[in-house]
Amino acid sequence: MTMTRFAIPIAVFIALVVLLGVGLKLDPREVPSPLIGKPAPHFELPQLHETSKTFTERDMRGKVWVLNVWASWCVSCREEHPVLLDLAASGAVPVYGLNYKDRREDGLAWLKGMGDPYKLSIFDFDGRVGIDYGVYGVPETYVIDKAGVIRYKRIGPLTPQIVKEKMLPLVRELERA
Amino acid sequence: MPRVPALVLLAVLAAPCAAKEAAPAAADPVLEKRVMALAEELRCLVCQNQTLADSNAPLAEDLRNQVREKMRAGKSDREVVDFLVERYGDFVLYRPPLKATTLLLWFGPFLLLALGFAVLLRRVRRRRQAADTEISDADRKRAAELLAGSEPR
Repeated sequence: MTMTRFAIPIAVFIALVVLLGVGLKLDPREVPSPLIGKPAPHFELPQLHETSKTFTERDMRGKVWVLNVWASWCVSCREEHPVLLDLAASGAVPVYGLNYKDRREDGLAWLKGMGDPYKLSIFDFDGRVGIDYGVYGVPETYVIDKAGVIRYKRIGPLTPQIVKEKMLPLVRELERA
Repeated sequence: MPRVPALVLLAVLAAPCAAKEAAPAAADPVLEKRVMALAEELRCLVCQNQTLADSNAPLAEDLRNQVREKMRAGKSDREVVDFLVERYGDFVLYRPPLKATTLLLWFGPFLLLALGFAVLLRRVRRRRQAADTEISDADRKRAAELLAGSEPR
């Protein structure tokens, strides 16, 4: 009798602790993107280096590619930058940049000073394309497949581990498709 | 005397400044009210515990502008909300929609309430049963004596 009397409250208590413990480990910034599995939203924006030329996601049809949203004012982008340089140098997948709500000269100075991992960057001055892509925490990274469908999205800086364990296997799989 | 023209000049110069300041937000108070009412229902993604109406984050400002623009173009509240959900997911809504994945969220509290009542009911019943124990004739007699005031034995 006394056993069950204590067993039930203790079981409830432990269940609650486990529940709250799991809750503490969840990252509220990891909002599941509704864009996964959907066609990449259309854009046509001037290129950062040559504003007279434009670039659109349609230019990339038939290729697997990575779109990375960055800005010179973004602190985590600084942390992420070497990872992008390595990824670009490996030649595993073409990386394109979206310079988000930046000043053009600041963006250019950043690439000049820290190295440019991008095939090219596009210039989203007012952040409209960013909104279409659901950007809210720069840096953000998308993997887009040959049919122009978003297959992966990372909010926050890439790490060597994410590139190696998540992005590259996915890129290889998509390349075969 | 030279003061008067200076004042006039000042007034003339100040007029366009005042007009400029008032222009964007208060241009259409009805629209502005609608924008803010809807923004109260939406979550700012940068500072997640604030609404889009409260937040001063640059993204919140951009999104409010988008909402305003869409409303000005004649979109309904529903269409504006759908636009945001398409991009940011149900997470932007402070009132999550009723779906298979949110059933527990919506009905969980009622489930817990029902569970609480069930436990309470069981306990009360048990206690009542425990109170209904048999009283022996000897006890009854003793009780009667106590009530009558005479000490037993």
